Amino acid sequence: MTAATEQRCARALNAALVDVFEQRDDVYLLGEDILDPYGGAFKITQGLSTRWPDRVLTTPISEAGLFGVAAGMALRGYRPILEVMFGDFITLGFDQIVNGIAKFREMFDDQVRVPLVVRTPMGGGRGYGPTHSQSLEKLLLGVPGITVVAANECHDLTSLVRQAVADDDPVFLIEHKLMYGRPNRRPVDGYVGGLACVETRSRYPALSFSANGFERASATIVTYGGMLPVALDAAVELLLEDETFVEVVALGRLLPLDLEPVLASVARTGAVVTLEEGTLTGGIGAELAARVQSAAWDTLTGPIRRVAAPDAALPAAGTLEAAALPGVQEVVDAVKATVRVAA
Amino acid sequence: MTSVQPVDRTAAETAAAAQYRELYLIRRFEETLLDLFSQGKLHGTTHTCIGQEANAVGVVAQLERGRDAIFSNHRCHGHYLAFTDDVDGLLCEVMGKEGGVCGGRGGSQHLCNDGFYSNGILGSTVPVATGMALAERERGAGAIAVSFLGDGTLGQGVVYESFNLASLWSLPILFVVENNGYAQSTPTRLELAGEVAARGTAFGIETRQLDTTDVVEIARVAAETVASIRAASRPRLLILDTYRLSPHSKGDDVRDPGEIEAARARDPLAVAARYVPVNDRHAIEAACELRLAAAVARAEAAPAVRAA
Repeated sequence: MTAATEQRCARALNAALVDVFEQRDDVYLLGEDILDPYGGAFKITQGLSTRWPDRVLTTPISEAGLFGVAAGMALRGYRPILEVMFGDFITLGFDQIVNGIAKFREMFDDQVRVPLVVRTPMGGGRGYGPTHSQSLEKLLLGVPGITVVAANECHDLTSLVRQAVADDDPVFLIEHKLMYGRPNRRPVDGYVGGLACVETRSRYPALSFSANGFERASATIVTYGGMLPVALDAAVELLLEDETFVEVVALGRLLPLDLEPVLASVARTGAVVTLEEGTLTGGIGAELAARVQSAAWDTLTGPIRRVAAPDAALPAAGTLEAAALPGVQEVVDAVKATVRVAA
Repeated sequence: MTSVQPVDRTAAETAAAAQYRELYLIRRFEETLLDLFSQGKLHGTTHTCIGQEANAVGVVAQLERGRDAIFSNHRCHGHYLAFTDDVDGLLCEVMGKEGGVCGGRGGSQHLCNDGFYSNGILGSTVPVATGMALAERERGAGAIAVSFLGDGTLGQGVVYESFNLASLWSLPILFVVENNGYAQSTPTRLELAGEVAARGTAFGIETRQLDTTDVVEIARVAAETVASIRAASRPRLLILDTYRLSPHSKGDDVRDPGEIEAARARDPLAVAARYVPVNDRHAIEAACELRLAAAVARAEAAPAVRAA
């Protein structure tokens, strides 16, 4: 099913940025080391500064200030995209995010909008250690007033970037370092690698995957972003090794939480396992569990289980990092435990 | 020898009268707020600029509403009134009444109106104003951004990120440090090392420091400064040495009363009064009292904002 035209996600994101720069002249790109020939630490911005030297601004190492600068540009009619080199560095901008970007529209009584996009790669798997490998998007989930979108390798990445730029309110587009090097696996005739795939018709679509054409199944794995390939591998293993059918829901919009595709799947499965790469406590799994049990209590056949990283710093050494990050086996075990309760 | 130009007395007096009117309005507006607080009619908090009004009037007079951008801080009423003259919108906002400029959602330190913005997180406003200056540079229509901050805010690192960016990118922005010698209750000697002006020059920002409460002098220097920013698209730092005669907020003053009393000799209202004939002054004051009383009556009669 793999289409010959598949390109890597890094290339697709680059093409998406080219697309918005071609479409609109109010778009600016700000970030560290984004000029050619370097083209950004992950090469997502390559070529842009050569074509649009006046709209691609390389910056000092000043994340706290840059979040504010982007906000100021957005308040005055431009549509800045801020590339934050590592997702870990959003912590430096948190005052601007919480006390400015997220609040200006509301506290100024809708007199202003803040149409900015923050793009940043989260996640581990490359041995960058405790401060360059985290999945901190959950810290953004407690900030009303922003939209948090998690891109995954099956998304239409051009559409995601285009929609985020067109959004009149602030959007955080969470990418994943491992995703950059993987093929952008768009559904072909409704399938991705042997699994049926449907997308919600929203700006930031959720993708649902099924091994049996969305007939009744045993469990729903809810995930997003860089954990999608882990969830899909677990789904295939459960099918081949245990003849257990599961669905995978990969959320596109994490905030406001897009619950509807989850509930639609739970109606067919009655069981939920959440999967995220970030640490367990206060994660998106906790929020999902609370909302799903409240909305679908009568449908659930057992407790919702969460798979996440342990509440600890993510180590640098390859062996330790691999042990800490959620993997296929943990997801398979969680699904089996959930299904066993139901049986 | 140049010939002596005849002084246009009418124009000069009109300008002085207008400045006095603004200073008096800001002073009496904030005194009215403190009165309303003491009567239990206000909910929340406020930070008055009593004693510092000449900075607001002198600087803001050089800006164009609807074109330039101002990002102010917690002590923003003077800047706001000087820019918008919107007494009713501000009063209703602070009182939580219908008609408040931000619908009661912002309150005293979160104002927005036609190019005016304020936020109560000290320092956070400076990079946002810097981004606004970047937007205006790109638009190329000659508009500038003004960032008002106090000496207390010079402890925030993001201020220096902003100075660096503004200078590096040649942005049309005026940083105004209202140097009142205190960070809330803490005197400068306990919270600030080095010289304030050196903070601007270190980043290649042309810096000027004025030790005056004379609105005429502040306006003259601000006019030159703003004109040079528009012409050259370069940031400038203007340090205005001043004194806050009122408490930081409402009743929280622990300063030496003798020090405050001594500072009254430089009260900008008294300084400005010297330029305005006494009869004109009384007329201005009487008109302002009437205006404020009517605004208070309207605000008191207005319904409280209701949750949707």
